[in-house]
Amino acid sequence: MREQELRHLIEDVREGRLPRRSFIQQMVGLGLTAPMASMMLMHAGVAQAQTAPAYKPSKRGGGGALKVLWWQGATLLQPHFANGTKDQEGSRIFYESLAVWDGEGNLVPILAAEVPTRENGGLSPDGKSVTWKLKKGVTWHDGQPFTADDCVFTWEYAREPATAAVTTGVYKDVTVTTVDSHTIRVTFAKPTPFWATAFVAAEGMIIPKHVFGPYIGAKSRDAPGNLKPVGTGPYKFVDFKPGDMVRGEINNNYHMPNRPFFDSIEMKGGGDATSAARAVLQTGEFDYAWNLQVEDEVLKRLEAGGKGRAQIVQSGDIEFIQLNTKDPWNEVEGERAHVKSKHFAFADPAVREAMSLLADRKGIQEFIYGRTGIATSNFLNNPARFRSPNTKFEFNVDKANQILEAAGWKKGADGVREKDGKKLKFVYQTSVNSLRQKEQAVIKQGCQKAGIDLELKSVTASVFFSSDVANPDTYGKFWCDMQMYTTTMTQPDPERFMDQYLSREVSSKANKWQGRNITRWVSEDYDKTYAAAEGELDPVKRAALFIRLNDLPVKDNVIIPLISRPRVRGSNLKLMVPLTGWDLDFSQLQNWYREA
Amino acid sequence: MAGLTPASPTDRAIRAPARGTSPWREAWRRFRRHRVAYASLFVLLTLVALVVLGPLAWKVPINEIDFTAQLQGPSLAHPLGTDDLGQDLLARMLYGGRISLAVGLAAMTMAIVFGVLIGAIAGSSRGAIDSALMWLTDLFLSLPQLPLLLLIIYLFRDSLKSVFGPEGGVFILIVAVIGCFRWMPVARLVRAQFFSLREKEFVEAARALGASPLRTVVRHILPNSLGPVIVAGTIDVAAAIIAESTLSFLGLGFPPDIPTWGRILFDSKDHLDIAAHWALFPGAAIFLTVLTINFVGDGLRDALDPRKVM
Amino acid sequence: MGSYLLRRLLIAVPSLLGISVVLFTVLALAPGDPFSELALNPNVPAEVRMALRAKFGLDDPVWQRYFHWFAAMLRGDWGFSFISRVDVDTLILQRVPVTLAVIGASQLLALAIALPVGVYSAMRPYSWFDRLASSLALVGFSLPTFFTGILLILIFSIKLGWLPFVFRADLSTTGWQWWVEQIRQSIMPIVVLGLFQGASWTRYVRSAMLDVIRLDYVTTARAKGLPERVVVLKHVVRNALIPVVTLVALQMPAVFGGAIVTEQIFRIPGIGSLLIDAILRNDTPVIMAVTFVFSCLVIAFNLIADLLYGWLDPRISYR
Repeated sequence: MREQELRHLIEDVREGRLPRRSFIQQMVGLGLTAPMASMMLMHAGVAQAQTAPAYKPSKRGGGGALKVLWWQGATLLQPHFANGTKDQEGSRIFYESLAVWDGEGNLVPILAAEVPTRENGGLSPDGKSVTWKLKKGVTWHDGQPFTADDCVFTWEYAREPATAAVTTGVYKDVTVTTVDSHTIRVTFAKPTPFWATAFVAAEGMIIPKHVFGPYIGAKSRDAPGNLKPVGTGPYKFVDFKPGDMVRGEINNNYHMPNRPFFDSIEMKGGGDATSAARAVLQTGEFDYAWNLQVEDEVLKRLEAGGKGRAQIVQSGDIEFIQLNTKDPWNEVEGERAHVKSKHFAFADPAVREAMSLLADRKGIQEFIYGRTGIATSNFLNNPARFRSPNTKFEFNVDKANQILEAAGWKKGADGVREKDGKKLKFVYQTSVNSLRQKEQAVIKQGCQKAGIDLELKSVTASVFFSSDVANPDTYGKFWCDMQMYTTTMTQPDPERFMDQYLSREVSSKANKWQGRNITRWVSEDYDKTYAAAEGELDPVKRAALFIRLNDLPVKDNVIIPLISRPRVRGSNLKLMVPLTGWDLDFSQLQNWYREA
Repeated sequence: MAGLTPASPTDRAIRAPARGTSPWREAWRRFRRHRVAYASLFVLLTLVALVVLGPLAWKVPINEIDFTAQLQGPSLAHPLGTDDLGQDLLARMLYGGRISLAVGLAAMTMAIVFGVLIGAIAGSSRGAIDSALMWLTDLFLSLPQLPLLLLIIYLFRDSLKSVFGPEGGVFILIVAVIGCFRWMPVARLVRAQFFSLREKEFVEAARALGASPLRTVVRHILPNSLGPVIVAGTIDVAAAIIAESTLSFLGLGFPPDIPTWGRILFDSKDHLDIAAHWALFPGAAIFLTVLTINFVGDGLRDALDPRKVM
Repeated sequence: MGSYLLRRLLIAVPSLLGISVVLFTVLALAPGDPFSELALNPNVPAEVRMALRAKFGLDDPVWQRYFHWFAAMLRGDWGFSFISRVDVDTLILQRVPVTLAVIGASQLLALAIALPVGVYSAMRPYSWFDRLASSLALVGFSLPTFFTGILLILIFSIKLGWLPFVFRADLSTTGWQWWVEQIRQSIMPIVVLGLFQGASWTRYVRSAMLDVIRLDYVTTARAKGLPERVVVLKHVVRNALIPVVTLVALQMPAVFGGAIVTEQIFRIPGIGSLLIDAILRNDTPVIMAVTFVFSCLVIAFNLIADLLYGWLDPRISYR
């Protein structure tokens, strides 16, 4: 039924009854991404809003230095080897892609002359290829012209397994050919509704053939270009100290008029989020700071100084708790948390439901996250039209108590519930992060009121998020009863994100715990729906299937979504930055300027 | 005729055997004379009594979250104020104090015992043994603490937990780890003292009197080399309490909700400008502990020093 | 003494070797993965990650990796960082000037505080100066550097706005301006570290001085009619310096990789922050190189201290 409602909504947008922005908001509310919503509209032929950014300066340069603070410093400047977003951002100062996603999920052309659509012949009717027209007259920082050959080279470079590029996944299943010196065609093996993957956004930064040509394959990491980037971006490379500082100066041959505004850029790394907030909001030493994971109370206090403000941008990141349905404490067939085992408490759906009722999301939002987090039950606030009965979020200790009593878990002498001699005592782990420790404290208190005892464990982030086979504390192993972290929707297309609940992705010894299904939850319904979504060509039907996929693990209470985390950045009051939650912070770096 | 003359009244007093005093009792008497040290001993014992018995008297729970009482200053309901989750600081300090004091004193003891042992052996021997022990010291000094910590904790945490329970296991691990990294300076200091002391005349005199090397070391050289050891002890207590908070910041120490003094100090650092009380009390507590141990140490040193007239 | 020195130097070589083996083994066994961020990225297929691990030799047995590393060290090739693929010696050399300027200066400040204050306290024990200095010293090392650092930042950067608190290694000004800027941004970290270190050193100096000041030859010197200043400086201090020399020698190597917290707070790109970043990211070549240099410094400074003992106290002999 969802599909019908989606189609109605799209019609509403086409006929102007529903603003495009509201449609996108509602889609995000159901767990989809803004780019995906935007693609749905495009596919239905609803023209993309051409919002010109409000860029005021009338000449290039003269803006002085732009100083930005990234509390995790960039360690390398090659986008196809990036270890995380910090490296992608560092690279983005110098390199560009054909198009980027703005805050509303629209595609904004950078190196492309225009966004491919069906009308201009960019999108083929059979959905199997995209033709991009490149901007003419663009030069690399060393003066060489930017042509289609560079795009084709980037594709070959990234898809070659010996190069070991981290962007391989995007390029290995497509074919890229030159149509002429400034036109390329990207061809897919089968019709692909979400075509904006290759050469778009962070994975799409294009590298010059004349610099990287000899270094494709096994020699890739020896290329001097890895540390001295030559790109088409608004700033030219000056200096780089890994982990500490990246410096660039204005590119006077930049391909967009009157841009960039600043004469130089300096990206400093290191330190922690709170002092970064102070540096921008209180002392004004820096103009912009990334990822301020700080309590909202503190942010508000710092903003009161009047020098800067916190920018809160909607994105798809969710902080959630996973409940382990398998037994992590005993070995079955020589393996802990074997998929065939059962957790003594969480295998009982009543206990899971009770846990979901004991998470005080509102308290967490109000007192810990403030503006920087929104309590959620599904993957964001559920708009009225699509609300289903049990995806409302509730904090109800009495109800939880009742459910547990009814399921046979009685309170023992020490106040902890037990059944058949097994007490409800769980180990609850997460990474070291002051906000997370506070959330743990709140959840622990809620559980205590219902007779559940939690032992809190915090693991240092580099170990928790590692893929080390020997370490028992990684999130992939999930060898405790519950764990919590933020899952980031780094991909605009949620398909690669929803494979986390497939039975074939169950994380186990056999796949060295690299499988993406960490909760080891198995559901035939989910597998079937996912298979249907994979093969579905109609983006609306596909969206409906995804919404259903979202609901399944949540209704089963295997995961307890807590807070939707928009991106929080700090910027000087006079700095104008077009930020987006669906792409890098620097995705529109050329449009940054400072008001007089 | 000898013995027939009655003694004068004072004779009795002189001939009465003097009450025997052992060196330890003598030292204790001298210690008591050192007023500051004596007072400090009392303060220290009071601190210990507070943290041991306090939670029995002050029953407010340590982790009751009360969002309406965030960051309040001292009041009747919360004599030391509250933190940013509204938890009562007095209760947390009393509870955490047990752990902080225990960790501080235990780690200090371990560091001193090891350090003195190794330093004494190295300082009183020569050649091969000295070189070997110094190699060991240099090795420990060069080891990068963090990877070693990760390794030790990862290797031993589960087995210790199963034997001593979660808190006991972590406690032993932390004391061992902190103690392991603080004995080297003590060893080198003691060794240096030994080098200069063993050439002194009184050692030669002792040897001439027939004292065995062991006795020379233990009764003659060691007591005189305790000066730097006592200073090291004071510094080690503070360092151990703070090191424990650094460990828990990295996720390697006690669980994050256990309010050791170092941890409370660490949690408070971002709110210094509006909630100074949050940092003031644990800071003062650590300072007080260090102060009292320091003065007790001073008193000890003066009491044991035969040259000082008290 | 010459033969003693020679003997110690000869022993130093196998000693360094032994230390490097232990270091390497510890690092190899410690948990963690240099490519952990890739694990979170669903776009990176597991094969790519495995290929990277194999390429950097992370799956080879420990002894094999050790020999590779050792052979490379002998050739002067210190390897390159797993994370940034920059040569390790470049990484280290980039950071040496800043480290010496800030951390080195703080140790000098500590010494400059500890010696005079400790000596004067010992000359007038239990006077008001002594009690004040002792209490301040005790406060100094009871408060962790993260705390004093933030306190100073709050006072001088935020409330008063006099000093910047983010350290920038590449100031664009030149000449006199450069010096002014450099001093402005270095004062706070130097003071934080210097006071912390100076506090504990003051206590040691005082204690050592008290030990010596009661000895007979001091009384003799005084009885001879020498002015107090000469008595103290020529006779007492020199003998009291032995523990101080020990400590300074122990602390010097820490300049190279020790002041982690202060470097974090002020964002100083020193070797301490290089080390901690490498440790948290499991960048083994960088960790090995830095700790190896660290252990060379430890051995060297302890040797210097041992030699100095003989000069300070002529009774100490070397056999």
